[in-house]
Amino acid sequence: MSEIVVTRVPHKRSIPFGQEAAGALSIIALGAIGYFLYPDDLAFLTRLIGIAFLVLSLDLVTGYCGVATLGHAAQFGVGAYAAGIACVRGIADPVALLAVGVFAGTIMGLISGALITRFRGLPQLVLSIAVGQLVAALANKLSWLTGGSDGLSGITPGKVFGIFNFDMYSRTAFLFSLGVLVIVFVLLQRFVRSPFGLMCRGIKDDDLRARMIGVSIYPRLVLMYGVAGAVAGVGGALTAISTGVVGLDSVSFERSAEVLVMLVLGGAGHLWGALAGTIIFMIFEHIVAAANPFHWMTLVGLLLILIVIFAPRGLIEPVLALFARLKRKGSAA
Amino acid sequence: MSDLLEARAVSRSFGGLQVTCDVNFKLAAGDRVALIGPNGAGKTTLVNLITGDIAPSEGQFFMGGDEITDISIPDRVRRGLVRTFQTTRLFANLTVADNVALAIMQRKRITRRFFSSATELPEVRAEWSEILSHLGLDRLAYRKVIELAYGQQRLIELAIGLALRPKVLLLDEPAAGVPHDEAPKILEAINRLPADIAVLMIEHDMDLVFKFARRVLVLAAGRLIFEGSPDDVTADHEVRRAYLGSYADARRAT
Ligand SMILES: Nc1ncnc2c1ncn2[C@@H]1O[C@H](COP(=O)(O)OP(=O)(O)OP(=O)(O)O)[C@@H](O)[C@H]1O
Ligand SMILES: [Mg+2]
Repeated sequence: MSEIVVTRVPHKRSIPFGQEAAGALSIIALGAIGYFLYPDDLAFLTRLIGIAFLVLSLDLVTGYCGVATLGHAAQFGVGAYAAGIACVRGIADPVALLAVGVFAGTIMGLISGALITRFRGLPQLVLSIAVGQLVAALANKLSWLTGGSDGLSGITPGKVFGIFNFDMYSRTAFLFSLGVLVIVFVLLQRFVRSPFGLMCRGIKDDDLRARMIGVSIYPRLVLMYGVAGAVAGVGGALTAISTGVVGLDSVSFERSAEVLVMLVLGGAGHLWGALAGTIIFMIFEHIVAAANPFHWMTLVGLLLILIVIFAPRGLIEPVLALFARLKRKGSAA
Repeated sequence: MSDLLEARAVSRSFGGLQVTCDVNFKLAAGDRVALIGPNGAGKTTLVNLITGDIAPSEGQFFMGGDEITDISIPDRVRRGLVRTFQTTRLFANLTVADNVALAIMQRKRITRRFFSSATELPEVRAEWSEILSHLGLDRLAYRKVIELAYGQQRLIELAIGLALRPKVLLLDEPAAGVPHDEAPKILEAINRLPADIAVLMIEHDMDLVFKFARRVLVLAAGRLIFEGSPDDVTADHEVRRAYLGSYADARRAT
């Protein structure tokens, strides 16, 4: 046999932890803009961050695994209720409440995942709606625990790290939420590039091919759902802590549908897509709803139609394509 | 020593159509077998049956003496049963390197790591970069599969199969759609495989069959109608009638 010349593929040039650093710095920069330029809107921006966790969570199952779901608010709501109830019953430390939210969200995620990822396509979608509605119905019926339709109120968490009080301008709540977002986002950036995360994207592309390389799909999807539940639980707990109330809206179908819209808007399958979608949708809603409370949904609908036509894979795609082009130009020069 | 793979009286029908009829064969260590037959003979269906993609109506499969008829697809792969697809099935939105890396990582049982960067793991990298350069795909490593030409995608099918280090490798028309000057790479890759694994290749190109196979199985209308050496195949009357026809005559003429 003739000698084989093996040409090595050059390494992809990348700075270690470069992406993570860029992610953290970008979020901090965005946060700083909000904090210093819009000090009166911090309560709104804190709510936005809470929802961002839910959209990121949805991105993990929908964008990265291809699971169709319209019941994802369940994860968020269960986290919110768990943290809220724990607080009302005596746990005051915000970090501990966060842990409660994460734990509850994870359990809810694993249960939902175990049910929903058994199926594919339309049955899966319908089942996700059913799970979401079941949780919403429970939140309503168990009013001795959840406050039912009045909502759960009287959530008064203690100081963050025993130092920072939650103030009426939401400064502490905002900075606390932002800090948690930075940590979770950086962890997720590594997570989606890990062997596990990559395999999930593979499963999304072609699950028969994945099985034909020896992957058992179901346990992986359930596990991913657990991770997504944890992330949504963070958002739920943060929202409960920062607003002091948890209402039925946090587990509602509308919430599930809205976050799906945000994800599609920003670009499913990219963490930045999830963030961008949340920011754009919520700020748009905030401004338009204030200007014209009756027709804001019409405008949102219009915006969506435009985006589906001009950027069907989300707003982040053209931005990423631009970055890639600049990078190629940079390395060619 | 027991056979690596055995099919025992396997049948399968779709509706009223009998696509696989009472098929029996064995693959032993070191086998290089070609499975040939006319279009629609049921060759791909047979591979689908072996890998568990579809279940047989009757009959059993064994690997190394253990029955595998009822175990799942991934479990069969973990036992070393690997296939490539006739119509490519790849992770279309991932890069070529990621496609192969996933197969390597799955084989090495490291896809449950959560926080290390997947494709650039040194032990994984070394392996996919070698496989890709053997197949002439190294320059495409960081391109998305979906952006590539069909012939290149076909080679990735093979790359994934090789990355899984199979004991039994089933290749469904690996050369179909591959440009002519690239095709020899397929045979080279197969020749580099460990001698003690069994390879079954479905192939229409008889030149390739003659270069590759030491044994030929002929399938027609779901039945194995012939088994023998490549030279006997062209001589066999029934095979010529069912399939080879012009090819055998042409060969004789030269
Ligand atoms: N899932 C299915 N449902 C119904 N009929 C099927 C199915 N799969 C295969 N068939 C039929 O079985 C027959 C054999 O198909 P198969 O793909 O196995 O042939 P083949 O020998 O691989 O042909 P080719 O050389 O064209 O690849 C065809 O008539 C096909 O239509
Ligand atoms: Mg076929």
